[in-house]
Amino acid sequence: MTGARSKLNATERGLPRNFLEIDLASTVETITKRIREALAHDLRKRGLVVAVSGGIDSAACAALATRAVGPDKVLALLLPERDSSTTTQSLGQTVVSHLGVPHIRQDIAPILEALGCYRWRDDAIRTLVPEYRETWKSKIVLTRQSGAGYHFFNLIVQDDQGHQIERRLPHSQYLQIVAAMNFKQRVRKLIEYFHADRMNYAVVGTPNRLEYDQGFFVKNGDGAADIKPIAHLYKTQVYALARHMGLPPEVCQSVPTTDTYSLPQGQDEFYFGLPYEQMDAALWARDHGLSALDLASHLGVSEAHAQQIFREIESKRQVARYLHAHPVLIEGVSSSPVTHAR
Amino acid sequence: MDIKGQVKAYILEDIMMGADPSELSDSASFLDSGILDSTGVVELISFLEKTFGIKVRDEEMIPENLDTLFNVERFVGGKLKVQV
Repeated sequence: MTGARSKLNATERGLPRNFLEIDLASTVETITKRIREALAHDLRKRGLVVAVSGGIDSAACAALATRAVGPDKVLALLLPERDSSTTTQSLGQTVVSHLGVPHIRQDIAPILEALGCYRWRDDAIRTLVPEYRETWKSKIVLTRQSGAGYHFFNLIVQDDQGHQIERRLPHSQYLQIVAAMNFKQRVRKLIEYFHADRMNYAVVGTPNRLEYDQGFFVKNGDGAADIKPIAHLYKTQVYALARHMGLPPEVCQSVPTTDTYSLPQGQDEFYFGLPYEQMDAALWARDHGLSALDLASHLGVSEAHAQQIFREIESKRQVARYLHAHPVLIEGVSSSPVTHAR
Repeated sequence: MDIKGQVKAYILEDIMMGADPSELSDSASFLDSGILDSTGVVELISFLEKTFGIKVRDEEMIPENLDTLFNVERFVGGKLKVQV
């Protein structure tokens, strides 16, 4: 019987009450202390670069960075592109203004254009929707037939009048669209490291636990960083931490989006398949040895559905293993990092 | 080559990078044995559609049709029979 299980009565099902509750003040203290230690000893850098998207994770990281080393040793970057929503751009500006940190705004659309990001995406879309035009909007969504069916991705395009067309994405088109979109995270990281290099700063990675554990990041894109201050925190806890640190209400109430596709796209419909509160519960239950029946009781779903959620957690962990992995070496090298270190 | 043979050859060569045929039994679950992940299943479907000229419908994307060589053989065979 696990610790979590033992908090429940023998006949009680579900998750313990307040299972994600943490001591917020103590958490902030632990993280900021560790950031300072890491800068001084592990990284030997003089400050922190944080790309601020307008989402809750980067806002919390920027706030933690500011508390850790003071606003003068933080550089915030606002890096919108053609498909960034005006809402998230505005929230990003709100965050940096609120924190009072130096910031640079750079529209990365020209870089992405030059790389062919939009063209590669649009070419893949046109193989499925030949009438697609550059002014149309698009996104891809995770789809599953009811029951134990495999999940797959559909492409949704929307014409200038708002009419939508939906097509199942074949493998090659799926890969090409995702690869093109990954340019966005990688270009942002390129710019983050440029500024980090010129200022002798370290780069802050902003994944929360769900993203870090489940592989919701781009390898050598937003997955690259020198320090990841909230990778151990569930999304619910990140929201609580942001509120505790006094970040503006509109930031603390923002709904998680990918802000990567031209049509609005929730993280749940692109990757997790569940709203973050439910994913937090599922991951917590999995990590604390609770049963599918416990999760089912908490979420109000069937036990079979909960089992399916557990299977998908493990399946995504397989994907995450590749994303976290260092390059494979043919022979060991004494100074090399441990392969598959997480 | 029969359906199962073509699919097995494809998986051994393109997914398992030239693995020995003994490493892929007819009843091994692709997912459970780690041969395919969910993206790999979509890749397999693209192969089946292209190779056998069939169309796999959304509701047919279930393990009973696609998770073992046996299942794929039965599923594709059924589709081809209907088409004839």
